[in-house]
Amino acid sequence: MTALYTALPLWVVLTSLVAALVIFALGEKRSRARVIVNLIATVLKVVLVSILLVGVYLGHDFGFRVQLLPGIDFVLHADALTILLSTLSALLWLITTIYAIGYLEDSPNRCRFFGFFSLCVAATMGVAAAGNLFTFFLFYELLTLATWPLVVHRGTTESLRSGALYLAYTLGGGALLLVGIIALQVVGGTTAFVAGGSLPPGSASAGVLSGIFLLLFIGMAVKAAVVPLHSWLPKAMVAPAPVSALLHAVAVVKAGAFGIVRLVQDVFGHDLTAFLGMHHVVAITAGITILYGSIRALGADDLKQRLAWSTVSQVSYIGLGIGIGGHLALVGGLVHLVHQGLMKITLFFCAGNLAETHEIKKVSQMDGAGRRMPWTMAAFTLGALGMIGLPPLAGFITKWYLATGGIETGQYWVVGVLIASTLLNAAYFLPILARAWMREPPAGAASGEALPTLLWPALIAALFAGGAGFLAGMPWSPLYWVEFISELYLR
Amino acid sequence: MAEAVHVMAWSSTLLIFLPLLAALLVYLVPGRRLGGWICIGVAASLFAPLVLLARELLAHGPLVFAFGGHDAPIGIELAADGLALAMLWLTNVIMLAVHAYTNSWIERDPDFRAVEFRTLVLLMWSGLNGLFLSADLFNLYVMLEIVTLTAVPLVVLSRGGTALRAAMRYLIFALTGSILYLLGVALVYADTGLLAISLLDANTLTGPVAATALAAMTAGLAMKAALFPVHAWLPKAHAVAPSPASALLSALVAKAGAYLVIRLWLGPFAAFDALVLVQGLGAIGVIGILYGSLQALRQPKLKGVIAYSTVAQLGYFLLLLPLATLGAWQGVIYHGLTHGLAKTALFLAAGNLIRATGSDRLEDLGGADRFIGGTLMAIALAGVALAGLPPTGGFIGKWWLIEAALDAGQWWWVIGITAGGLLAAAYVFRVLWFAMHQPDAATPTPDRNRVSLAMVWIPVLLASAAIGLGFTGDLLAPWLAIGAPGFDAGDTP
Repeated sequence: MTALYTALPLWVVLTSLVAALVIFALGEKRSRARVIVNLIATVLKVVLVSILLVGVYLGHDFGFRVQLLPGIDFVLHADALTILLSTLSALLWLITTIYAIGYLEDSPNRCRFFGFFSLCVAATMGVAAAGNLFTFFLFYELLTLATWPLVVHRGTTESLRSGALYLAYTLGGGALLLVGIIALQVVGGTTAFVAGGSLPPGSASAGVLSGIFLLLFIGMAVKAAVVPLHSWLPKAMVAPAPVSALLHAVAVVKAGAFGIVRLVQDVFGHDLTAFLGMHHVVAITAGITILYGSIRALGADDLKQRLAWSTVSQVSYIGLGIGIGGHLALVGGLVHLVHQGLMKITLFFCAGNLAETHEIKKVSQMDGAGRRMPWTMAAFTLGALGMIGLPPLAGFITKWYLATGGIETGQYWVVGVLIASTLLNAAYFLPILARAWMREPPAGAASGEALPTLLWPALIAALFAGGAGFLAGMPWSPLYWVEFISELYLR
Repeated sequence: MAEAVHVMAWSSTLLIFLPLLAALLVYLVPGRRLGGWICIGVAASLFAPLVLLARELLAHGPLVFAFGGHDAPIGIELAADGLALAMLWLTNVIMLAVHAYTNSWIERDPDFRAVEFRTLVLLMWSGLNGLFLSADLFNLYVMLEIVTLTAVPLVVLSRGGTALRAAMRYLIFALTGSILYLLGVALVYADTGLLAISLLDANTLTGPVAATALAAMTAGLAMKAALFPVHAWLPKAHAVAPSPASALLSALVAKAGAYLVIRLWLGPFAAFDALVLVQGLGAIGVIGILYGSLQALRQPKLKGVIAYSTVAQLGYFLLLLPLATLGAWQGVIYHGLTHGLAKTALFLAAGNLIRATGSDRLEDLGGADRFIGGTLMAIALAGVALAGLPPTGGFIGKWWLIEAALDAGQWWWVIGITAGGLLAAAYVFRVLWFAMHQPDAATPTPDRNRVSLAMVWIPVLLASAAIGLGFTGDLLAPWLAIGAPGFDAGDTP
């Protein structure tokens, strides 16, 4: 019993891995069986992650370890940070699966799609539960491989081109990451994740350590779409809507951002990072990315493209918080891992609904969309206002903690970046809302909501996104959990 | 110890002579089906000596055995260590898979020259096993010739002018290689009066004669292994041969040459470890990796991609010369095992494509996953293993190699290894890129009936094995370490 219980991180990963294999084995035609397998696996995963969450809160130790190479272990564990990402992805996987079932009804290659979809979630869970960089890397690369067939799912030349760009960036980044990890292993003898850092002090000269840090950071930054390594992300939005939703909210970009958190907090430790001066690299690249992404979002007419540029910008809030350091900024950065996921998945679901139901794909086509699809646009509005940071929505919580964190550590430029970013967020989201709610629909345009399987996931996601802000002070809110994490780090 | 020699004697006798006897049997006994069963039977029964050999090696370290009871220098010595064991196992697994695949293939292709194919392959098998076990320079030459002279006709089994020309080119390269190798053997014999590797002392093999011998032998073996820049024959020959034969040529025959290069440089000629020499050979290896990969990226046909990939992947073997450490040794062996399994899977899968659609042009792959999903899956899995992405055997090999390079402070190899991995990923995903395309009207519709279930499953299993190797690194490490540079026989109980 106890061995079964402490190996819970393994079961969490295996749930979706096994689901993927079963789905591949079922084949294209048995669609009802596929739906059942999908639902069982997603619900089971939510249950398992919930048990894990309570266990971690109670201070139980979870771990699974097997030696894969002499001196190098495959380690899965569960700490408070693991829970942050795994709860988010378990929850959103459930919602997105329902959405995807509705979205892809009667389209070809669903077996391939759902198989890789599950594989992608298994990889994300592995990223969350990895106990050292070696294990992290296994799942990090698996994530690349599992998402590629999803990005190119439509098989058009455009999607294949985007897929090639995606691979070029992520595999290139992965190669640098691998070299960095092996160098770390050679220099420090370990790549374990330990709160406060696992690298033995004085294991190499500052120059070598900085070099290794940069290799690792670049490897992570590619997936986190940090400027100038971001070009693949706006292109990858050619993928089907549920894929974009998952890619932007939990899977790929979050794996990169999560890796940056692990790198700074658990491998080098914030003290050593700051000693090497690398925290400035993390914070400044994040600051530039926040502004650049927002500016590019202003100019995008394609709705999904605008959302994608918004992701580039918003994901770097996490890096910003980690780079600034200190209790408040850390809370702000980590909590945005969840906040951005909830808000962005809502927005992408809504964008998918608009495109599927009324062929609305561009911002310029959105006149009167609020009257044509009131529920969808209500969810969209909640997500957009949250992104802008309207109090007391989730984005506000993030920005508040980041700004006060900047002031706390005397880095006043952060406040400037946040104000500029908020203005830019408003500048690219408010016109959409104004068009949708204030203007008349074009003559002869049909009205009507999306199918229930598409609408409900969007509404539920919006509910979570709203709740994360409104109820931030309540126990078990994302903010509550992140406060719990940061206490562990400061202890 | 006496028992270990006993096991070694029996095992090596079986490994060399059972395929030889079977070759005679297959040639004399009529009936296509019976011949197929004989081949499968040989592969299955040879696992017994392989298991015993593995057990003895783990218990006693590297084994040496004088054939017929006559010690060197009069008798002929056989030897086995971790590298030899790995190659013997790889040979047997691939032979089993290729024979099983060919049996199914032959049933659906009455024109295929089954008897000739099987006889040649069985003879080649005997030669390969002998080559991996031999510890005598002249005996190695004999084995090398057996392998060459059975490999060339396999290319011609495809018939037609192209096949003949490719085989002719192969023959010219291979025979030149043989002559060069033999010249080296003669020089060593003239210099020392010895041929047995165990008696050749690296400390005495240092003079100009030895240097000339080493140069001639290395050049000759490089020609046989198609190491860059003497690789010109390989892509044509491997692409044009019947797919099961291509698999054997790429996965085993080419590797045999590279294997001997390692044996010579780390064994009797270990004194030639001057920096400029081994670094130079390593650099040639890296150039080969990059060149082969770039060529693979430009091929219009699947088999062309796979063949050039072999040129690239063989380059990794040369990295063992500048990085003569345990980690690099394990990494190279691991790389070799993964490459063997993945390459066989790829060629057999390409064979399926050719049979189902009549073409292996990449442009015709659009929508292929709807008709031949299993075959495509084999290509994807094997490709991922080849590119060294985790969690595959290729990844473990790459990890060990990079770690060894960083440990030795020779960080420049890391660039070559990493670039090679990325380029491999590029040519693998280029193939999948075509397969992911929506099919257009010009895409031929595959005829699935021409490919049996076994023909789909065998490459899938081989590719899965190449991935499975990613999980067995720790398990196999004790075997791989046997006989590695710096290995001390006293380490084992």
